[in-house]
Amino acid sequence: MSTEITHGGHDAHADHDHHGPAKGLMRWVTTTNHKDIGTLYLWLSFIMLLYGGSMAMVIRLELFQPGLQWVEPHFFNQMTTMHGLVMVFGAIMPAFVGLANWLIPIMIGAPDMALPRMNNWSFWILPFAFTMLASTTFMEGGAPAFGWTFYAPLSTTFAPDTTDFFIFAVHLMGISSVMGAINVIATILNMRAPGMTLMKMPLFVWTWLITAYLLIAVMPVLAGAVTMMLTDRHFGTSFFDAAGGGDPVMFQHIFWFFGHPEVYIMILPAFGVISAIVPTFARKPLFGYSSMVYASASIAILSFMVWAHHMFTTGMPVAGELYFMYATILISVPTGVKVFNWVTTMWKGSMTFETPMLWALGFIVMFTIGGFSGLMLGVAPVDTQYHDTYFVVAHFHYVLVTGALYSIIAAFYYWVPKWTGHMYDERLGKIHFWWSTIAVNVLFFPQHFVGLAGMPRRIPDYSLQFAEFNMISSIGGFAFGLAQVFFLYIVIKTIKGGEKATDQVWEGATGLEFEHLPSPPPYHSFTEAPPVK
Amino acid sequence: MIFSKLSRRFSVVATGLVSMLSMSVARAEYALNMTQGVTPISQELYSLHMLVFWICVGIGVVVFSAMAYSIFHHRKSRGAQAANFHESTTVEIVWTVVPLLILIGIAIPATGTLLDLEDAKTDADITVQVTGIQWKWKYTFVDEDVSFISSLAQSSRDVVKDPTGNENYLLEVDKPLVLPVGKKVRFLFHSDDVIHAWWVPELAVKQDSIPGFINDSWATIEKPGVYRGQCAELCGKDHGFMPIVVNAVSEAEYEQWLVGMKAEAAAAASAADQEWSMQDLLAKGETVYQANCAACHGPTGAGIPGAFPAMTGSPIVIDPDQAAHIDIVVNGKAGTAMSAFKGQLNDVDIAAVITYERNSLGNSVGDTVQPSAIKNAR
Ligand SMILES: [Cu+2]
Ligand SMILES: [Cu+2]
Repeated sequence: MSTEITHGGHDAHADHDHHGPAKGLMRWVTTTNHKDIGTLYLWLSFIMLLYGGSMAMVIRLELFQPGLQWVEPHFFNQMTTMHGLVMVFGAIMPAFVGLANWLIPIMIGAPDMALPRMNNWSFWILPFAFTMLASTTFMEGGAPAFGWTFYAPLSTTFAPDTTDFFIFAVHLMGISSVMGAINVIATILNMRAPGMTLMKMPLFVWTWLITAYLLIAVMPVLAGAVTMMLTDRHFGTSFFDAAGGGDPVMFQHIFWFFGHPEVYIMILPAFGVISAIVPTFARKPLFGYSSMVYASASIAILSFMVWAHHMFTTGMPVAGELYFMYATILISVPTGVKVFNWVTTMWKGSMTFETPMLWALGFIVMFTIGGFSGLMLGVAPVDTQYHDTYFVVAHFHYVLVTGALYSIIAAFYYWVPKWTGHMYDERLGKIHFWWSTIAVNVLFFPQHFVGLAGMPRRIPDYSLQFAEFNMISSIGGFAFGLAQVFFLYIVIKTIKGGEKATDQVWEGATGLEFEHLPSPPPYHSFTEAPPVK
Repeated sequence: MIFSKLSRRFSVVATGLVSMLSMSVARAEYALNMTQGVTPISQELYSLHMLVFWICVGIGVVVFSAMAYSIFHHRKSRGAQAANFHESTTVEIVWTVVPLLILIGIAIPATGTLLDLEDAKTDADITVQVTGIQWKWKYTFVDEDVSFISSLAQSSRDVVKDPTGNENYLLEVDKPLVLPVGKKVRFLFHSDDVIHAWWVPELAVKQDSIPGFINDSWATIEKPGVYRGQCAELCGKDHGFMPIVVNAVSEAEYEQWLVGMKAEAAAAASAADQEWSMQDLLAKGETVYQANCAACHGPTGAGIPGAFPAMTGSPIVIDPDQAAHIDIVVNGKAGTAMSAFKGQLNDVDIAAVITYERNSLGNSVGDTVQPSAIKNAR
């Protein structure tokens, strides 16, 4: 400690260094440490991934063959709804907040997040929110069964009493997200080490800064939507009830005004992760750093102006459809810039293919496939045939599973040696990648075909012509689910031990966390701001 | 017991895997891609779909081959040295402008197709009003005195546990919508309860039916045939069980069908003026109940606790005074999923189903409800 004192220079600092994490369970309940909170978020999201995944298994089991064999239609609808809600709000979003907690301070040379107590609170709200949401499965009337998009009036006049639990759970998730976003913004804008100018920040920090603004802008809109639902259900208002002068289509406008930016909330941080991993393993700087920043910002701005592309069949005026079509397909320009940048970064690099790079490459290829189907869906007239079919299901699973989830897994393999000081088992990591990648394509690729051939989404049973592809899809689904249980084993094994990681971890790694911190970093890192070149 | 059940399932899986491989070859044409359909619009949509698809394939080939080349040649294990180039405004401008031009190439034909698709009003020959009702469709020919309800065929309902070999499983209805070929048909969409979406891929019509709104769309069917579709918007429990069947026939056959439908309606109206026996009411009531009420209230009247009330022992049903029971069936209950059946069922059907509910499903009030009572309650 004495070196620390000469280093730190004053007594208060010495005291500070003496207290490591508290002992036992209370460490996790009362912690205000960004690393602990990051870990909590990541574990919550893993548990939610397995929970949401097990509901996906029920769905794939029922769809394995035509006919109703395993569950009733009402329960099937509960499964699709809860699967969507849990994966979006429980698995993907908290995973990125966990990564933000762990990485933003050590990437910008800050000792912690700017608002540590709020940080604790924004995490601990979530387990209660999800317990409340999940508990509805065991109540009379069952869990929400109106789809994760909960269109009125199915979710208002026609929904069971348990819907109120859903409403309050969504409120809690929204509060948690907004607090998390405020914390990210406050940290990035105020706590950067001297010399860390905005245009020197790693792209993960940039994309999270933009994401945080999106969260603050749209989570209150979602809160407004569920509040209007609540008053429609109990206090005699008719926001969405046509019989009382309300407008069910307005619900969709409000929902998608939240919902489309939400898509980018789940993908912008992924762009940041991939932009960190590709240069490291190509041993070559990112091709166009500033254009990547501008592309992220333009995607974020455009994301507010395209929401009604989810509503091409609601009977919008032609002018509206034309506008939303043009604006939507325009988003493929900045998205293309991203992909071209990653490919050019690889070009003439000196590439190696450790597990994080494999997941990143998988991301680039399959996210692009999801982008292509996204472009097709954006073409309003043809959306007549695509809308609400399995083609849409295939599209958003390509961008969310092989997109967002793949980036999260890539991030885990990339930074876990830094976090724990242990290398993961390279052989197991590669098996995990190839197993998942084959399975996920067997799972989702055939869904393009059944969708085009006319199978609507959200149906518990289907006519015989769709049987073959559904069976293939289900087999892929079970294999993909199993691969993530295997991932759990890899995670635990890495935390418990493994080859000692070096401080730089990867030969080509750059950034403060790899250049100025040991692996694992001390409980309190960067109590002194590091020098920034 | 459990094991035999499981082994049966596994054998189903095994045979399924084998048949899957052989069948996927046989059905490849329809199962892999969008239908070209039987209307001018459906063909336009197909061409546009293929255009955008091939553009995506083209871009994919360029991007992925560049990536593959790089992965293969620029790898450290082959001794590749990392170059250090980055930031090039020229390159950035090129890969912004080229995609923009491609998008314009997509937007131009897409705009034309969209304008055609949306032109439902001009020169429509026939107008059909389509009403979505949980979980069936009601068709009303606006200029004719013809209106009927179309719901999932009993032949599909009977085999939900094991539909093997049931052709058109879940795509068959009791009464199909009959339309003439070569006429411009305008559809008006509306809903009585939640949002549904009427979709027949071959007609390239998918439009939401929304309470409080009237949407429209159109189709000119060029080829006689039977075209099947499904509800495309999640509308509750039996969303997967409200198919659509359109029977496209020659104009003469269509006219004949209209005459038949009108005669049927007239017969039903005269039946409503008669006094019905308990036995006849119960027999008819059971059919009506299973087709219209069982989805929510259960085939045995048990309901779904917390979501849909039970029939068995319901205070309204077993009340000796019939007034409240008749009222809730005829007029529905505002603010709940219970819809007003006066728009869906005729007097005889409603009288029969009420009689059935009062004297079956574990209830035994002992009275009958006559069609005349329903007529008065409307
Ligand atoms: Cu969107
Ligand atoms: Cu439906």
